[in-house]
Amino acid sequence: MANGTSTTSIPHHSGHQSEDEKPQRSFFGLVQRPQQGCHPIVDWLTTVDHKKIGIMYGGFALLFLLVGGVEALMIRAQLFLPENDFVSARLYNQLFTMHGTTMIFLAVMPLNAAFFNYMMILQIGARDVAFPRLNAFSLWTFVAGAVLINLSWFWEAFHGGWFGYAPLSGKDYNPGMGADFWILSLQILGVASLAASFNFITTILNMRAPGMKMMRLPVFTWMTLITSFLIILAFPAITIALLELMFDRHFGTHFFDATFGGRPILWQHLFWIFGHPEVYILILPAMGIVSEVLPTFSRKPLFGYPLIVMSGAFIGFLGFAVWSHHMFTVGLGVVATTAFALMTMLIAIPTGVKIFNWIGTLWGGKIRFTTPMLYSLGFIWMFMMGGFTGIMHSSVPVDHQQQDSYFVVAHFHYVLIGGALFALFSGIYYWMPKMSGKLMHETWGKVSFWIMFFGFNLAFFPMHLLGMTGMPRRTHSYLGDMGWNEWNAWSTVGALILGVGIGSAVVQIVYTWARGEKCGKDPWDARTLEWATENPPKDYNFARIPEINARDQVWADKYGKPEEKSGPGESEPHGIHMPDRSWYPLSASFGLFMVGLGFVFHKQNFLGWDHNLEMAFIGGGILLLSVYLWALEGPRGYHIHPEED
Amino acid sequence: MSEATATSLSHDDDGDHHEAATNTGIPNKKLAMWAFLASDCMFFGTLISTHLIYRRVNPDVVIDGNVVPVTTIFDIELTSASTFILLMSSLTMALTVSAMHKHNVKAARWFLLSTIFFGGLFLGAQVYEFNHFVHNEAHPLTLTNTIFGSTFYLLTGTHGVHVLIGILWLASWYIYSFSPKFNEENVMDIEVTGLYWHFVDIVWILIFPLVYILEYI
Repeated sequence: MANGTSTTSIPHHSGHQSEDEKPQRSFFGLVQRPQQGCHPIVDWLTTVDHKKIGIMYGGFALLFLLVGGVEALMIRAQLFLPENDFVSARLYNQLFTMHGTTMIFLAVMPLNAAFFNYMMILQIGARDVAFPRLNAFSLWTFVAGAVLINLSWFWEAFHGGWFGYAPLSGKDYNPGMGADFWILSLQILGVASLAASFNFITTILNMRAPGMKMMRLPVFTWMTLITSFLIILAFPAITIALLELMFDRHFGTHFFDATFGGRPILWQHLFWIFGHPEVYILILPAMGIVSEVLPTFSRKPLFGYPLIVMSGAFIGFLGFAVWSHHMFTVGLGVVATTAFALMTMLIAIPTGVKIFNWIGTLWGGKIRFTTPMLYSLGFIWMFMMGGFTGIMHSSVPVDHQQQDSYFVVAHFHYVLIGGALFALFSGIYYWMPKMSGKLMHETWGKVSFWIMFFGFNLAFFPMHLLGMTGMPRRTHSYLGDMGWNEWNAWSTVGALILGVGIGSAVVQIVYTWARGEKCGKDPWDARTLEWATENPPKDYNFARIPEINARDQVWADKYGKPEEKSGPGESEPHGIHMPDRSWYPLSASFGLFMVGLGFVFHKQNFLGWDHNLEMAFIGGGILLLSVYLWALEGPRGYHIHPEED
Repeated sequence: MSEATATSLSHDDDGDHHEAATNTGIPNKKLAMWAFLASDCMFFGTLISTHLIYRRVNPDVVIDGNVVPVTTIFDIELTSASTFILLMSSLTMALTVSAMHKHNVKAARWFLLSTIFFGGLFLGAQVYEFNHFVHNEAHPLTLTNTIFGSTFYLLTGTHGVHVLIGILWLASWYIYSFSPKFNEENVMDIEVTGLYWHFVDIVWILIFPLVYILEYI
């Protein structure tokens, strides 16, 4: 082979146009690639700015939190009285299936994503993520999946539980389209999460400000990183499980068909190999938020930072080793069951380490009981209670009584509402000033918190007792002489109160965004780098990327030693390079949506059209075309000259 | 901006458009590809595990009421040959990347075409092979007539789709290499494509023994 001589040279320049050349055009010249000053709707649809994307994730997440809440209230209304007929058994099953799927995938995960997007980038001192258009694609693909699963209410919603056990979810017992809506939506949502995680991993590892060593990262950023690794390693298991289920349902395979040698237990293994890491995906970001809020409102650094980071990594790692604790009653045999029981008990240790470190953070601190602090304190207590019942489940004989009873329902709602949701509200109240420039009204916030706290405990504490006295899960009615009537009634009342509390908080969020009281850029006297930006941050985040010389750099700049203060950072004489907006993430997501819809309506009648798989092909074509045009248009960009440089 | 010289990759100091400085020293796209490949490992791991578990719990492959040794359906010579071809495609891929590093676009294009050709041969052999399995007169092996068929075709089919995507990607690079916009950044981009291609090959190196050769032991 010719050594060194280039017969065709490669141009050095990427062909980046200077700004006085014509702006790019998209879709073969049909429309202009959106520029600064485009219409607000176009701006939001084509933005690649992590802050706007974060806000949209949050907005959609709160919407679906309410949708899932309505589903929950209908469940509780049905259970208010014994042998009630508020909803049919079929609708009841659809409600708990959709409630679980909605809350996990359409509420908590996107709320986590909202903060990953908005705050993590600021915390590492970056201007945006590694792949801004991919970030937008993740958002719109999430919206596509969310829309697809909720469309099922208009045809047939899935009724097999959020975990969709085969063969119940197979063709024989679920012949309608409900399961297909569920399968395809989860696949699409999986694509969104995976793409986002690749982006965040690359961003955190590669785009930190100078001097921002890994052990100087805020804990929330660490948790973003660990969660992203969990996502990329856990989602493939459910992707394959769903693929195998889809093939069983539509293409005649036998993965879960016992008559041909398939094993239904395979579904359970594959699902829970995903499902258990999934719950850590849900809770680690929440723990990250709490690890930011507690130090700020104790005016003390986080106690045992390295332990908190390492225990988070440990929990993530061990989370892959415990999945069959969801299968203790299935008959795996003594050896397997014991092994999983031991691993499950082991995972309590790093969790306990975190709790002690949080308490250590509070100890001796100058505590301010602001609304975000109340939510974080509530988290510690409520998550602990959920953790205690979790440890109870780890004992196999005890789990034999608790499995499939309301005791489990109590457990996971304590960790998911008392844990994840409280922490997320803590994050919302904490970071609202940064995102909107406005403070949330303290008294209103506290009232919402206490209503939520009271309603939550009233709704879910009785479920421990219901479970202990034998009330099974996922049954639409119960007999009146089981001794369960009073607790169910109270639980429903509690759920209503919780609903009021959540509603109040959501209204407050919207109100504050529109009309809240303006505030300065560091209203809490906080510690981490996001508080060094404007309120809300400028498009480019930092006029100059600072040079980091300490953990909790903003605190060190205010109160620290001279050698810990941040360096001024380099100026950018050419101006700050900002990535251009793009239509293609949106169109690619739309294509993916059509693929999903096409598979759902495989050999079904779609609004009068005897459809086979045409929509899937059309959607696939749109997706492929969008990807090609996306690659060809390149990131491009424009330059901003910050005034304050 | 100066033209890239044949021997050195000129380092650009304005930072923003060309390989931007990263904390790890690994370019963003490459790091992202590694993360994607880690995920894809889990993907194939699940498919391979499903196949192997079902081989263990259903050792007899039953077609139309007869227990059929899969070896009578397989054509191990053909599969071995196509395995070799796929391995050769990894060699030509590595040579493509090497040529790109030396800015020898003409050689790179030649090796790119070879990789596409070998990949296409592999896929063609798969299609031919599966066609024969399905239309085997004595013992047809289809997606639906046995659990073996279900796991086998889903696994190898998924692999085949990965190969197809790789071929499309490589073909896109071939075409783009004639564009005036083809530039120095694309050297790293093609390296990233190479990572994907090598991964797909390594997965096959796992599948071939675990799925095919296993039946002969």
